[in-house]
Amino acid sequence: MGCKIEEVNEFAENIRRDALALLYHAGSGHPGGSLSCADVVAYLWSEELNYCGDSWQKKDRNRLVLSKGHSVATIYAAAGRSGLIDPAEARSVRKINSALQGHPHIKDTPWVETSTGSLGQGFSAAIGMALGVRHQEINSHVYVILGDGELQEGEVWEGAMSAAHFKLDNLCLIIDYNKLQSDDLNENIMGLEPLADKWRSFNWYVQEIDGHEVSEIESAVNKAKSVSDQPSVIIAHTIKGKGVSFMEGVPAWHGSVEITTEQLTQALQDLGIESGNMEAYINGDFWK
Amino acid sequence: MAISGNKELTSSNSPALIGAAGDSMREAFGMAITQLAEQYPKLVVLDADVAGGTGVHHFRDAYPQRFFQFGIAEQNMIAAAGGMASTGLIPVVTTFAVFCLRAYEQARLSVAYCNRNVKIVASHLGLDVGPDGGSAQTLEDIAAFRAIPGMTVISPADPFEMKLATKAMLEYDGPVYMRTGRSPIRRVLDADYQFEIGKGRTLRDGSDVSIVACGVEVARALDAADILSKEGILARVINISTIKPLDVDLLVKSASETGAIVTAEDHNVHGGLGSAVSEVLSQYAPCPMEFVGVKDVFGESGEPEELAEKYGLTAPFIVDAVKRAIARKGGC
Ligand SMILES: Cc1ncc(C[n+]2csc(CCOP(=O)(O)OP(=O)(O)O)c2C)c(N)n1
Ligand SMILES: [Mg+2]
Repeated sequence: MGCKIEEVNEFAENIRRDALALLYHAGSGHPGGSLSCADVVAYLWSEELNYCGDSWQKKDRNRLVLSKGHSVATIYAAAGRSGLIDPAEARSVRKINSALQGHPHIKDTPWVETSTGSLGQGFSAAIGMALGVRHQEINSHVYVILGDGELQEGEVWEGAMSAAHFKLDNLCLIIDYNKLQSDDLNENIMGLEPLADKWRSFNWYVQEIDGHEVSEIESAVNKAKSVSDQPSVIIAHTIKGKGVSFMEGVPAWHGSVEITTEQLTQALQDLGIESGNMEAYINGDFWK
Repeated sequence: MAISGNKELTSSNSPALIGAAGDSMREAFGMAITQLAEQYPKLVVLDADVAGGTGVHHFRDAYPQRFFQFGIAEQNMIAAAGGMASTGLIPVVTTFAVFCLRAYEQARLSVAYCNRNVKIVASHLGLDVGPDGGSAQTLEDIAAFRAIPGMTVISPADPFEMKLATKAMLEYDGPVYMRTGRSPIRRVLDADYQFEIGKGRTLRDGSDVSIVACGVEVARALDAADILSKEGILARVINISTIKPLDVDLLVKSASETGAIVTAEDHNVHGGLGSAVSEVLSQYAPCPMEFVGVKDVFGESGEPEELAEKYGLTAPFIVDAVKRAIARKGGC
């Protein structure tokens, strides 16, 4: 399956626009980390998952777990564009009686694969999925996205050891290495470097890429799929708030924050929306 | 590979931008612990990358040398707090309640089993968490922490009591689990209110029923008492801000005098304040009881008030529970 880079780029831009509009209508949430992982999510969603209709229910589907669950707007944006969400729900994220919870939850959106929101746990769940399908001789890949701050959880390193021990070559971890976490830079909170060496010493196959370059994402994912007897980690260097001038690299946009109408308008302009087309986003009709 | 670089970064996050600052219990706690820093030179604060959300950003900014950033690693933080306490410090460990559950066993062994002078202060409790949803809405922490031998469990009712309880917690020598709260909350206690660990307080007198509440439910209990008084029902309202050890004398006296008890808490009805109160009263002063709380389900996203309405925590639900309890009085 060849990657149509232009199409994935366009998908990623739409994911960014939709994610911000979803959070704008929510009145709170986490924009920064939702924007940094948009290209990775766009690539995986369009090339590795192909979720639409009931396809996500197939036993041999590839799976994607968003372990950094606070960035769920990105997943909702991708799912909304794939017809998995009723367009009328675009204004309901984080609201009462909505299917679209503040963090991924399998209850009403089972295609998120597992409920997350407590950092570290999605990684372990993904390891379990990779073990489970392999044990049943089902040929499928499990992708899991972690934040860089999330790597500070001890559970992640328990998982790292176990995945290598079990030789889970059907598991691919992508680290959204945006250098920021909730309150500050990783290096000011709890340093992670040398990061690639850590994973190598845990016996993972390690690649480092620009997480906003779809061609690099493509070749790294393809390489990961060809590695045998080792789990793969792709360290994707990214920018928190990517694509929106006033959010890029600014810790306060981690969340939970409210996006004003002016801020949404400015952000969508940065993301290439003409002022004439702004209305659908502000009204919440962008999936219709 | 072209690695994209971050631009000039501002250093630290401002406090969570949702909700007004200063009128939530977490902010009240953060300001109180900062004000007490000079008086308690052994006091140190530990955080797991949520200082903006727990209130301790105030302390971090004022006393950076006494603020220990453990990163997103709660288990290590809580067990390390035990170690720090063994050297004579008073570690105050702060994170969201749900992540205290993650480090529950560390709290059990490295804090309580060792009888360390560690204060675990948890924000983001119950449905009051709001839009983040069920994964973060901790409805189990009272049950969990009061089951640990030697652990004192405190849940103040408003920002004023939070300030008093913060001082009392530091004065007390031993493991404490104290709950703050996320949302802006109204002041319910008078300026002459006294806080003492282990003591409940009668906030309003009444002879027909006692409403025993903690945390955000105290304000709703007072509202319920107002509604009831218009119908001629006199409800006593008791603030049980120490859930462990419980004020047994006050509860037994109130049960005997009013003959019916309703408990109210933003917590699962299993194992929380209601269970604690009924453990005492079933032994020493059995009477009809009703339990207002979340009925053994997880929460969901939504605004705290909407959720309180949907899950039965608002004043009208307390009113109904009172009427049910009173109706059963004769039959017990
Ligand atoms: C176990 C746990 N502790 C704390 C939190 C609160 N929290 C939510 S997001 C976040 C920062 C995450 O940083 P990072 O993993 O780098 O995510 P990103 O930068 O991609 O948003 C924190 C501390 C949490 N969700 N789970
Ligand atoms: Mg990050």
